[in-house]
Amino acid sequence: MAKVSSKPMPKNFGKIKKGTLKRLVGYVKGKYTLKIILVIIFIMISAGANVAGSLFLKVLIDDYIEPLLLEPNPVFTGLLRAIGTMALIYLVGIVCSYLYNRMMALVSQGVQRDIRNEMFNKMQTLPLKYFDTNTHGDVMSHYTNDIDTLREMLGRSFTQLVQSVTTIVGAFVAMVRISVPLTLFIILFLMFMLSITKFIAKNTTKYFIKQQEYLGKVNGYVEEMTSGQKVVKVFNYEGESKKKFNELNEELFGHMYTANKFGNVLMPIMNNLGNVEYVLVAIVGGMLTLNGVTILTVGEIVSFLQLTKTFSGPLMRLAQQVNTIAMGLAGADRIFELMDEEPEVNDGKVTLVNIEENSKEIKETKERTERWAWKVPQDDGTFSYVEVKGFIEIKNVTFSYDGEKDVLHDVSLYAKPGQKIAFVGATGAGKTTITNLINRFYDVEQGEILYDGINVKDINKYDLRLSLGMVLQDTNLFTGTIKENIKYSKQDATDEEVIKAAKIANAHDFISLLPDGYDTMLTNNGANLSQGQRQLLSIARAALGDPPVMILDEATSSIDTRTEKIVQEGMDNLMKNRTVFVIAHRLSTVRNAKAIIVLEHGKIIERGEHEALLAEKGEYYQLYTGAFELE
Amino acid sequence: MIKKLLSCVREYKLPTILTPIFVMGEVVMEVLIPLIMADLIDKGFYGESMEAIWHYGIILILAAILALAFGALSGIFAAKAGAGFGKNLRHDLFYRVQGFSFKNIDKFSTASLVTRLTTDVTNVQNVFAGAIRVALRAPLMLIFSLVMGFRIHQKLALIFLVLVPFIGTGLIMLAKKIHPLMEAVFHRYDDLNAVVEENVSGIRLVKSYANEELEKEKFGKVSKDIYDGFTRAEKLLALNMPIMQLGTYICILLISWLGARIIVLTNSVELTTGLLQSLITYGIQLLGSVMMLSFMFVMATISKASIDRVLEVLDEESDIQNPKNPVMEVKDGSIEFDNVGFSYVGDKKKECLKNINLKIKSGETIGILGGTGSGKSSLVNLIPRLYDTTSGTIKVGGKDVKEYDLVALRDAVAVVLQKNVLFSGTIAENIRWGDLTASDKEVERVCKLAQADEFIQGFPDKYDTHIEQGGTNVSGGQKQRLCIARALLKKPKILILDDSTSAVDTKTDSLIRKAFKEEIPNITKLIIAQRVASVQDADKIIVMDNGKINGFGTHEELLKNNQIYKEVYESQTKGDVSENG
Repeated sequence: MAKVSSKPMPKNFGKIKKGTLKRLVGYVKGKYTLKIILVIIFIMISAGANVAGSLFLKVLIDDYIEPLLLEPNPVFTGLLRAIGTMALIYLVGIVCSYLYNRMMALVSQGVQRDIRNEMFNKMQTLPLKYFDTNTHGDVMSHYTNDIDTLREMLGRSFTQLVQSVTTIVGAFVAMVRISVPLTLFIILFLMFMLSITKFIAKNTTKYFIKQQEYLGKVNGYVEEMTSGQKVVKVFNYEGESKKKFNELNEELFGHMYTANKFGNVLMPIMNNLGNVEYVLVAIVGGMLTLNGVTILTVGEIVSFLQLTKTFSGPLMRLAQQVNTIAMGLAGADRIFELMDEEPEVNDGKVTLVNIEENSKEIKETKERTERWAWKVPQDDGTFSYVEVKGFIEIKNVTFSYDGEKDVLHDVSLYAKPGQKIAFVGATGAGKTTITNLINRFYDVEQGEILYDGINVKDINKYDLRLSLGMVLQDTNLFTGTIKENIKYSKQDATDEEVIKAAKIANAHDFISLLPDGYDTMLTNNGANLSQGQRQLLSIARAALGDPPVMILDEATSSIDTRTEKIVQEGMDNLMKNRTVFVIAHRLSTVRNAKAIIVLEHGKIIERGEHEALLAEKGEYYQLYTGAFELE
Repeated sequence: MIKKLLSCVREYKLPTILTPIFVMGEVVMEVLIPLIMADLIDKGFYGESMEAIWHYGIILILAAILALAFGALSGIFAAKAGAGFGKNLRHDLFYRVQGFSFKNIDKFSTASLVTRLTTDVTNVQNVFAGAIRVALRAPLMLIFSLVMGFRIHQKLALIFLVLVPFIGTGLIMLAKKIHPLMEAVFHRYDDLNAVVEENVSGIRLVKSYANEELEKEKFGKVSKDIYDGFTRAEKLLALNMPIMQLGTYICILLISWLGARIIVLTNSVELTTGLLQSLITYGIQLLGSVMMLSFMFVMATISKASIDRVLEVLDEESDIQNPKNPVMEVKDGSIEFDNVGFSYVGDKKKECLKNINLKIKSGETIGILGGTGSGKSSLVNLIPRLYDTTSGTIKVGGKDVKEYDLVALRDAVAVVLQKNVLFSGTIAENIRWGDLTASDKEVERVCKLAQADEFIQGFPDKYDTHIEQGGTNVSGGQKQRLCIARALLKKPKILILDDSTSAVDTKTDSLIRKAFKEEIPNITKLIIAQRVASVQDADKIIVMDNGKINGFGTHEELLKNNQIYKEVYESQTKGDVSENG
């Protein structure tokens, strides 16, 4: 999918939760406290050197140039020493600004990494519901757009903030020392300037949000039309699409123009108000100096004038940071929202263990064997063992995703070890929901599901899922080699095991024909493979895991008949000797099932073997003879 | 290259020209203001004249007002020029893509076109807006500051001449080193996106194999890569400010030392304290513009790639053009292939259709069967001239397709593409793509034909039901039926269904075919399918294999004499007890 450039405005822009800043500080504290303290100290020194620079002019004029002008034979050693001292101060300032820039970058990157990792780790614990109810694009933008706003805020705004505050305080102290009334005057004027900034900034923000909104709209439209460009061509729809595009584009232009107009005008206004301020200070200062009301030297008034510039500069820069900081906090807000999601409950105490291969009794072993058992803790602290057979019972299960509409209604069924159960029914009949409940992607509220007689809610989720294999309708492959993808179900598998699994799945043949064989790199969800080949890989992956129970959701996508035959054989091999639940779309799958469960609106309406159901001439007969594609 | 981009300025020429002019005025004022300030200090404070302070104060305020006016005007014009340029560039790109043939689209790939029309355009627009304002401002500032510096004191101003190239090369060298590092980080970002995207879309798999730890490890690795890459770049970036400070401070100190000596030694004749202060201000302005230039340099290198990508689209000519004196009407739905060969890359050796000869009468129903890559889609795409043949000719209604007006031809030949899409909007709006002027009754009629009316009526908002982008809120089978209805609304002479009922159940599928036969018998219908059932009652069936016609005949004929057809038929019906009773 293409990335659209416009950063979507955070949903709750302008309304940032109270604790966000504090929480963000929490990430900086602890691990980076020392570094941050050093950063602040270095910034202060560096800013101090800068302020000292503007004061130096006063010293230069008052203490050296003026007296030297009066001397017939001026000696410059004192001046040289003063310049040398200043050079040293500057040098320290430069070193400090390098140090704080570097350290702050490390802190900012470190914090981003920590937050990013914590967010992802947290995301792994979230229930499936989270992924089903949030769009992928939205989830992903947490890792890109939102983290980016943090980078801007931590990397630039924070140092700018400390620096500006230090400079302002430094300049303020220096100004007060020269003249209190003039300083008061400056402060009054600054308040006036700030109110103007606020007014303009408000408009800028308003139109800027509009601009982003329309940029999003135009980009969205362009994306939709370009993605469907072939359909546009087929329908001669170019004219219409141009018309609509022009409307949107024109609106975007309007908002973009207004937003940038305000944005561009702000700086000249502020700059030149600064100049006006300069003149006013000069006039007032001139009156004070020349009329002898206060005793101010010319040097003092000159450096005071210099200080007014030093003072208002950082204030303006600070005003510019306000937007970035607001965006950063809004981004942090969204990140924390994800982190605060309720994780999946996993309080099952029953675990999965290997047991000795050739012993009649069940004896737990640390070795990896072919036999498994459920290890059930007893009240008295001992454990009992139940060998894993793959016996699944679903008892009177009623389920709803939203608490309102029942998706399953009083469903009961069982599968004995090694039996194959097929679910058929129209879209929304509840087939996928049943499988979602068996592996606890969602938890049953009414009724219960038993695995070898144990309630699945008592089983540790990871262990439960390891004992259940899954082949999904949409094949997901990860970036990596074919081997790595097959090994996804058993990471410590040997090459021999991988090849064996691929052979079971009928995938070995095509893999061997690839130039790099099992080491072929897959990218983009296996875009370099055909649909059928991708299905074969997902079957191989399930085969390697070798679980006692399998859940299969057959793919409906159209593949040609020859490939389909190969896939079918792979599926058949996989299903041998396992308890299998299959959401069926194919003739042969259903026919071979031990029991066929016909679902309609969340209820089981018919069940039984193929022949018997056909003889009943009920719904199944209808589906089977009239309309076989059940999706 | 630049010329092509500049052609997008068009009606915004005036603001585009006025912007730099006002920028120039702004810069001149900014350069003059320190000079006036110097006079104010020298003649006012050191000359101890309140009158002079008033005099220069008023001049300064007037200058500030002028500077404000110039600054504001340049800002406003820049906003207009920038937004206008962006508008026109978007317009040109969008129009260009609208004119693209299938081949052009394939060449760029849809995803890449989208990036070019969104992200890249924004980048180019930013460069333009920056160029007309900042790019001129920086060199102007540099030159004016330099000139003013020389006017104040020639020898002292030489310091500038020494410092500027020194700092400039320093900054640019730094930028050149940082650029590839940043580029590398952005590639790592792609990796991060891939890991998250794969995790999110494969979350069922992750959870069912209990592989959360493995995923965390994977993510931790790319996350660390990004951290490492960024810190490597940022460590260098941290040098940027110190370099600038070094230059500025050296400048201040040197001017202070030498300036003070000159003032004292010449007794304020050659230089005054006020001018000394101005000189320092010019120095700071000068170095500031050097930094701005180096920043522009970085921006330009980063956006170069975007500019190139945008230009590639603007330079692409559609390879299918309307003929000079086009035929405006398609007489009937007959189709004739005469020795047609076709290759997507126009290379005779890589043909995916070879030696196709075919005659289809108007009103016939033709089924097309064949494995993946056998050339079925390529065959039908040639009929409405979505692609041009590499060799041979295709006739529709007795005339070469290349003689027709493209719109007329495509209105007469409706294709329901294999990878079909619906657009955001209501169901009715989507159907009306076929004919914008169609009445509600007409829309309903085609939906009934395509067996879509029933489920549409089942939605609470019926024909006003909103369809999400790509049609994600309807099922695959429903989507296909809507696409068929949309094509039917065109009232075509030829209707092509490219595997368009694969997700529709066989019962509905057969109802659609029945409706076609009864309601629109005069339309020539070409139906590509995987299921034999979908094509077996067609007038004739084409069996495609490896880009060639392997068999052409009725169901019965092919069962008798076509090996491929027989195999496919048997594998799909094998052991199907219900079929035989």
